[in-house]
Amino acid sequence: MANYSTNEFKAGLKVMLDGDPCNIVENEFVKPGKGQAFNRVKLRNLITGRVWERTFKSGESLEGADVLDLEMEYLYNDGDMWYFMRTDGSFEQYPVAKKALGDTEKWLKEQVPYTVTLWNDNVISVSPPNFIELEVVETDPGLKGDTAQGGSKPATLSSGAVVKVPLFINQGEVLKVDTRSGEYVSRA
Amino acid sequence: MLNDWQPTATIETLRQRARCLAEIRAFFAERGVLEVETPLLGHAGSTDLHLDSLSLTATTPAGRERLWLQTSPEFHMKRLLAAGSGPIFQLARSFRDGEVGQRHNLEFTMLEWYRPGFSLTDLIDETEALIRLLLPDAGPRRLRRYREPFREHLGIDPFTTPLDELRRLTSEHGNLDMADSPRDDCLDLLMSLVIEPTLGHGSIDVIVDYPASQAALARRRYDPEDGTEVAARFETYVQGLELANGYDELTDGAEQAARFAADNAEREKAGKPLVDVDMRLVAALNAGMPEGSGVALGVDRLIQLALGKRSVAEVMAFATAIC
Repeated sequence: MANYSTNEFKAGLKVMLDGDPCNIVENEFVKPGKGQAFNRVKLRNLITGRVWERTFKSGESLEGADVLDLEMEYLYNDGDMWYFMRTDGSFEQYPVAKKALGDTEKWLKEQVPYTVTLWNDNVISVSPPNFIELEVVETDPGLKGDTAQGGSKPATLSSGAVVKVPLFINQGEVLKVDTRSGEYVSRA
Repeated sequence: MLNDWQPTATIETLRQRARCLAEIRAFFAERGVLEVETPLLGHAGSTDLHLDSLSLTATTPAGRERLWLQTSPEFHMKRLLAAGSGPIFQLARSFRDGEVGQRHNLEFTMLEWYRPGFSLTDLIDETEALIRLLLPDAGPRRLRRYREPFREHLGIDPFTTPLDELRRLTSEHGNLDMADSPRDDCLDLLMSLVIEPTLGHGSIDVIVDYPASQAALARRRYDPEDGTEVAARFETYVQGLELANGYDELTDGAEQAARFAADNAEREKAGKPLVDVDMRLVAALNAGMPEGSGVALGVDRLIQLALGKRSVAEVMAFATAIC
């Protein structure tokens, strides 16, 4: 991979830091009028998800990270690995370990496209679409007529996620959920 | 089709900007300071280790030559001073490669003015008055020596703390390895990351008595309190932004030539390109430039603060990203 100098840093650039691939989230140029320039950089570690704040002297460089985001559909799991397939017509399948799957495990549904991040051709993370439609498999019976007021109850969805839903929702209904906040949006 | 053709400043902001510039011109007209225009291109560039000059090749009366886009109008203005111009000011486009960010733009407007016969203190006063013109609610002025905020915020004296200790402290604050860094780089980082953000909140903060190694084109003198050699320069900060940088100007041609040579030696050591030295400035100083003080002020930042904007791009017609 190419090396990137501080003057090439920008949000979205993928670089290696301390042996891990990172995504530059924020890059701020700092310089006293007549003095050494620095870049204050926020980087998200793509393996742990943690955000690091580092300072670099102007002119320093980082190795680029061979990171690729691909769209893939979820297929199935065998209890050990989860399998995804590229949607570009290649039908290429990738096994994903539980660790790389992370929180996305509770938002899995067959045939839904996910963003799968590869580093050196290995899957390091999987992101769900922002909104997903899932069936309620378990919740307390709905309260007829109670369609407006507040009040909520937990509902377990087919993917395993538990979300707070309005009291009128029944088992078997399909809901639209925001995967970023884990919040109920509407009936699908 | 590109859809980012729109200016980075609103038209209303550009109207306000024009009013600010008119007020600045009126300020100097009232004080008898002559407005001048000097070339953006010169046969020499800034040798300063931490400034990257842009150059280009052009056809001149002497044939094909390399010319440098000026990082500030300083050299040309000093030649005017030596030619007997008296007090002068300029709103000059200046270019600094690599300086891009919320408070920087590759090209920007520098307000630079020179006051023959002014002491540094006189010029600090005038700079304050100019800033108050656009920021009437900036609060009182606080004059502080360079070492004071270091003592207050970091518990160290920037002049006497051992280099090892400085490197350790800097590495810790910046979360980077400064083990091989020279003293000034450490001080610059601490200034930028720790001290600068605290300056100029509810006051106009003026910092004086910089380390002698950071003198640039300022005179050096000995601190009357403890004999430390300091640079006779000041910087003015408002709302965490460095606005102005003033010098008791070096007028000694031989000393100037020596500093140019030392700068280029530093550049070579750092693997940076050498910059053509301004021997006409040296000749002008040798012919005799009047003693006095000069200051450079970032007008885009001042207008940014005056209009309550978050970045310099918001007060420029077209910031570099879409120029």
